Amino acid sequence: MAEPLIELKDIYKIYQLGGEEVRASDGVTLTICRGEFVAIVGKSGSGKSTLMNIIGALDVPSSGSYYLGGEDVGNMGDHQLAKVRNKMIGFIFQQYNLLPKLNLLENVELPLLYSGIGTEERKEKAMESLRRVGLEEKWRNLPNQLSGGQQQRVSIARALAGSPSLILADEPTGALDSKTSRDVLDFLKQLNKEGNTIVIITHDSTIAMEAERVVRVHDGKINFDGDVNEYSAIL
Amino acid sequence: MNILQSFKMAIKSIWGNKLRSFLTMLGIIIGVASVIILVSLVNGQMNYMTEQFSSMGTNQINVNVSNLSSRSVTVDEMYEFYEKNQDLFSQMTPKISITGTIKNGTETLTDTTVTGVSEQYLEMKDQTLESGRFLQFSDILSRQKVVVAGYYVAWDLFGGVDKAIGETLKIDGVSYKIVGVISRQNEDELEAGGSDDVLYLPYSSAVRQTNSANVNSYVFSTADTDHTTQAKNAINSFLMGIFKDQDLFRVSAMSELLDSLNSIMSMMSMMLGGIASISLLVAGVGVMNIMLVSVTERTREIGIRKALGAQKRNIMQQFVIEAAVTSSLGGVIGIVVGSIATTIISSFMGLNATPTPGAVLISFSVSVGIGLVFGYMPANRAAKLNPIDALRSE
Repeated sequence: MAEPLIELKDIYKIYQLGGEEVRASDGVTLTICRGEFVAIVGKSGSGKSTLMNIIGALDVPSSGSYYLGGEDVGNMGDHQLAKVRNKMIGFIFQQYNLLPKLNLLENVELPLLYSGIGTEERKEKAMESLRRVGLEEKWRNLPNQLSGGQQQRVSIARALAGSPSLILADEPTGALDSKTSRDVLDFLKQLNKEGNTIVIITHDSTIAMEAERVVRVHDGKINFDGDVNEYSAIL
Repeated sequence: MNILQSFKMAIKSIWGNKLRSFLTMLGIIIGVASVIILVSLVNGQMNYMTEQFSSMGTNQINVNVSNLSSRSVTVDEMYEFYEKNQDLFSQMTPKISITGTIKNGTETLTDTTVTGVSEQYLEMKDQTLESGRFLQFSDILSRQKVVVAGYYVAWDLFGGVDKAIGETLKIDGVSYKIVGVISRQNEDELEAGGSDDVLYLPYSSAVRQTNSANVNSYVFSTADTDHTTQAKNAINSFLMGIFKDQDLFRVSAMSELLDSLNSIMSMMSMMLGGIASISLLVAGVGVMNIMLVSVTERTREIGIRKALGAQKRNIMQQFVIEAAVTSSLGGVIGIVVGSIATTIISSFMGLNATPTPGAVLISFSVSVGIGLVFGYMPANRAAKLNPIDALRSE
């Protein structure tokens, strides 16, 4: 078995919503190893977004422990969480979340900017990243001059720029048509083959089928965790 | 991320919202410009007045007495006092004004200042002669009917300086011979009643013409301006010995007048500057308002930046610097506008007013400070945003 990258143990996330207690994560234990390609699937309100926020170091659990690459992320403060997001996680969002007033290169540079890399190296790395998604020619363009698929590729380039341990994709194909979705998924698969750990969060089981391992979340609990073939068997 | 990048980002963002940034700056521009204009103009006015006063002689002490039949001071007594205090005074003159029309044939002057003075008067006033001579001690002794004319009188009555010398004119019907002409005082204009429309005659002749028993005004000039108070006290105690009543004489030093004038003017300058800085304060609130709007509009951007690893202080820095750059840009433009406006206005007013380095420095640092102070609150709000909520906002 490969070295574990994500180790979630007894994760609870409890909100008070109008006097009512909401258990968005209700005792989740999950381990994801380096090099895996995992889809976390669940309906809206199932708690998959909460799980993504915790895995993505955007939020901390109410209780339980979370280790990412051996670091105790579950008990970190804002400052350290920002560092973890910056160095260890590459985010891919459904809405691409590119900054509209920055050109492609500047967008891809952002995570490197915040990690304090010098100008020369930063530009080089960002350009290299854009080259990997085949958009280096368009580096001067603004995001809104590109198609949706191209924008998503830019956001993948941005996620890759800092060479993170984990690529976390939140509904990466949610805003794309089926052909470009295919391209993006193929690209993610290829990245996985190159050794990147990829976690996709989706509500769509057909997307989840693209992964190697599927984790299904329901009411804040994991009610399925297994190989993609086993998953297709229970559908 | 370093400061330089924050500046680049700020300038980009300001440039990206040109109209809004300009309107935000406009408040600062108006505030800074008005501080500079008001302070500079008051300073220019102050310099002008100081100059005027200096030309009247800051080393002079004016003495006015009310001679009574029982208690009075004579010219001789005043001279005696003056001789005894040579260490304090360098010059002295009695001064007696005559009112009346000046005539040369049918030409008449009515606004001329006619004064009876001593032979030291020219030197006391630090004036020079254009032609001829000034009054002499012998003129005083023998009550000569001679007169020294101002530049305006020479030109207006006689059509020139050289034409006036040796001519006679009539002061209230009495003929006087012109022995000298004083060089021009006011370079800008020659006008009736101005500083060139004057006549000086021996005070002794003036006493005779006005039929007055005594002279009521004297002017002393001090030997040393640092000892003005001492000199003033000496005159005071001398006159007190004669009049026994404070209300019968008045001793006033020009330098004291100048001092109090200066303090009034600098108070005015501060007051006007203060009023103008209220507009700077209002401008600061404008900056804060726009920055708050900007933070709200850019919530998603802040969320993205935070998700990508921006620290609180990165976000904070970004917004504070943006506010500071906006307001200091406004400050620079305000300084330029204020300086140009000062030059234009002062040339219209005939003043020599230039923006003081102090006013420029203060208004610039105030505008930078406004950006920092009023940018802090919105920046803090931005920095505190939760990345999850910020990402979710549309």
